[in-house]
Amino acid sequence: MNNVTPGPPGLTPSPLERRLAGLRGDAPQRSLDARALAALAANPGCGRRAVLDAAGVDKADLATRLGNPAPFGQSPFAISRGLGFERKVKADGCTVLLDLLRKELRLPEDSAPVEFAELVGDPKLPAGRVASARAALAAAAARPGVWTVLDQPLLRLEVAGSAAHLEPDLVVVRPDGRWTVVEIKSFPILDGGADAAKVGAAARQAAVYVLALRETAAELAGVEPSRDPYQEPGGLAGSPDSTALLVCPKDFGNQPAAAAVDVRKPMAVTRRQLDRLTGVEQLLDPLPPDAGFGQDRSDGQLTAAVGALAAVYSPDCLSACELGFHCRAEARCAGSVETLGRGVRGELGSFATIDRALAAAAAPPQGAAAPGQDDGDAESALRLSRAAALRAEALGGAALGGDR
Amino acid sequence: MSLLGTLARMEAVRDGRAVPLATVRHRHLADRPMVLVPLAAAGEAGAPLAVMLGQDRESPVLLSLPQPLDRDRRFALLADLAAELLPWLEGYGDQVELLTKEVKDPATGEKTEQVRELCTDAPQLLVPGPAAVEFLGLLGRSTRFRRTAEDPDPGPYPAPARVPLLGRWLTQLRDRAQVPGSSLLLAMTDLLGRHWATGQSRLEDQHLGALLGWIAPPAGLTGAEAALRAETARDDRGQLLCPPAGPTTDPRFDSGLLAPAITRYDAARQLGDAVAAQAREADIAALLETVLRPTWERMWQGVDLLRALPAAAHLPERWEGDRWSYTSHRDRIAAGEPPQPVRDDAVTAARKLAQREREQTRLDIQEALDDPLAMAEHRLSGEAMAGVVVEVEPAYDTTGRTPKPRPLVTLRTDDRPHGDAGRELYRAGGPAAQKAELVSADPASGLVTVRLLNGMGRKKEPEPGSVPEPGEQVCFTLFELTARQSAPLPEPEDTPWTHGGPPAARAGTVPADPVEGA
Repeated sequence: MNNVTPGPPGLTPSPLERRLAGLRGDAPQRSLDARALAALAANPGCGRRAVLDAAGVDKADLATRLGNPAPFGQSPFAISRGLGFERKVKADGCTVLLDLLRKELRLPEDSAPVEFAELVGDPKLPAGRVASARAALAAAAARPGVWTVLDQPLLRLEVAGSAAHLEPDLVVVRPDGRWTVVEIKSFPILDGGADAAKVGAAARQAAVYVLALRETAAELAGVEPSRDPYQEPGGLAGSPDSTALLVCPKDFGNQPAAAAVDVRKPMAVTRRQLDRLTGVEQLLDPLPPDAGFGQDRSDGQLTAAVGALAAVYSPDCLSACELGFHCRAEARCAGSVETLGRGVRGELGSFATIDRALAAAAAPPQGAAAPGQDDGDAESALRLSRAAALRAEALGGAALGGDR
Repeated sequence: MSLLGTLARMEAVRDGRAVPLATVRHRHLADRPMVLVPLAAAGEAGAPLAVMLGQDRESPVLLSLPQPLDRDRRFALLADLAAELLPWLEGYGDQVELLTKEVKDPATGEKTEQVRELCTDAPQLLVPGPAAVEFLGLLGRSTRFRRTAEDPDPGPYPAPARVPLLGRWLTQLRDRAQVPGSSLLLAMTDLLGRHWATGQSRLEDQHLGALLGWIAPPAGLTGAEAALRAETARDDRGQLLCPPAGPTTDPRFDSGLLAPAITRYDAARQLGDAVAAQAREADIAALLETVLRPTWERMWQGVDLLRALPAAAHLPERWEGDRWSYTSHRDRIAAGEPPQPVRDDAVTAARKLAQREREQTRLDIQEALDDPLAMAEHRLSGEAMAGVVVEVEPAYDTTGRTPKPRPLVTLRTDDRPHGDAGRELYRAGGPAAQKAELVSADPASGLVTVRLLNGMGRKKEPEPGSVPEPGEQVCFTLFELTARQSAPLPEPEDTPWTHGGPPAARAGTVPADPVEGA
């Protein structure tokens, strides 16, 4: 068993996988966790994040070594409450959970027996965990009419030519043979509604799990996995249900409540974004062949290697990506207008830096387009200088443009 | 963000500190506002950990919990909060002015005079940010349906007597905070962000310490440096020098300091050592004070900064809306009405939405009238124009029996109004409401000619002062200067079946198990 290069045993890693593993150095591969997925959705165009995620580099550690540690963390109170709630949901052989599942998915009453799949739990054996989850799903498929609960199975998903490991809270195989992903979250469902951003993040997470389950199901059925989330293949390959169950505390208490979440749309979005990650080879081109992010690299080497990967910074990154503060520092150094907000670039036309935009604002408005400027530039420059004139007038001519 | 806002942010980057985004203060600021900084316990929705509050900068009141999971203590804290806030909230209800209004009886058509009370002032609560506003809403939601020992059927876990009432007030304040331009409950980051543009994004402006770092950087630091220090600088114990303004605390504070302190408190209690437990409890209170104090000071720093701005002209008018809101809530409580329902019925929801839309329009108009910088936004977008009158040509409408004055006013302006000839215009800042129409606009020469249509009296010659003179600065807008009333909505009892029909009895909208999980 080899945990540095996960993948089906017996398969030699592809050159790309080797390259990505080389970037990671001796550090263990990071799985695509919720934050990585959120970042993926928030900023799909960022090449830097795409490469680092594909290589499974620990971005939090990288950010610390770059001198801009990520401000993320979880309070021990939140963790213990989350764990307590999870225990409560899974208590009594998941009776509460299965009742919620029946109710929310409108399943008929049944008295089918409930079985718990025996899974390899050793975190050092990812391949063994994946294999045991796969075997448990296959066994459950061969024996309909029974509830089978898989507690934290490890799933495998091809991302950018390498394997990403995913760990859903629960996967339940229903008596009718369908597989449902269950996500247990600790934010409340208050008066029947929950924080849309958090539900969205949970749905994205569940969508990736369903994608991974679909690949597993297709493999078990011996067919090609369907690329279209809106099309459900028949037979075993179609067992993963595209409706996930989100379990949260109800109102201000600790009682579980649940909601069925249709994740086909996030599945389609994530599928598309994961497919884009396969272009990671081109993204690797600007990186020098000897570059890497391993523990053995000096700070200077790290900064150079990270700097070689083009980032697409926007202030949203600060709450989604571990490298947000680093990219912000970089963007501020470059004077880029994106530091001021996401929509700013669109407003300023072709002016990519604050200095250039301010220079255009200070220029006399009646000036014709300077050589080398196109019409779009001239138009934005005109609007900027008009805005500057109006602002100066409103502030009593004191604030802007002493040179006017 | 508008182009003017972006420009201001770029200037802030260039200058290394925030620049003004308004020339006047656009929100009412009470003489003695109540400042309240809440902290929430992580992991649980609407669970308070500590509150620092008061109207006096020098002597804040600190309420804190030694063990946030202890529900008895939590309700004791809420009872203390009620004891602090309710006398203040209710105190404004005593001073009233009487307003008479003529109402027409719909049945008989007879006019009768109706006397209504309007409180002369209303409370104002300031919190650090929008998250704190939401947190107060959650507190309101979690407490207003609680049954107390005074109820006929108190249930197993009665809440202290005044807590549900506090919940209703908090719900009301948070509800009012959704109305654009209202000032009963305000978030400091919103207030400062309305009046200053920083060299960072709006998202980063949510951090009160970083925002103030840009607005008033300490000597020797640029705004960006001060903001970065507020966001990331930590002391030798790994604690943030500028703790988050709440309600969430820094996870490293929770794990490094708070959790061990709570463990020590629990241990002392388990041993039954009352003296030690009390000492540990005092430790926790002191700990929480250290993370609340910096925010408390920043809140008052923000108040000082805002007070230095001259008040906008329309503030008393908008504050009157807040006073009405306060007065009607006072009346609802006095009338013994049940707490606000979890969900509004269709008509109430539609009314609230219509009100918020109307208030948003009104706010935009009033801010533009009060503040040349706000008007500049409209001028840039071609929705308004301002300039100096260069020529006034008397002209008359002779279609009627008597000729009416319709003078042509030509002004010099760089503004380019987005409208064809004949487009209706409204004069801003004139002696009275006055309409005009666009006659011609020539961007090349910068001359715009408009024809005044009314507001000049009934005589052949316009009333003196009603027509601008050459050399006078004038401003016309393409948008109306009063918000239109929306079509009237039916009473809730007359909700049409298309919208679910009349709501069930209000008591029925209270969930059956509001105390679940207690």
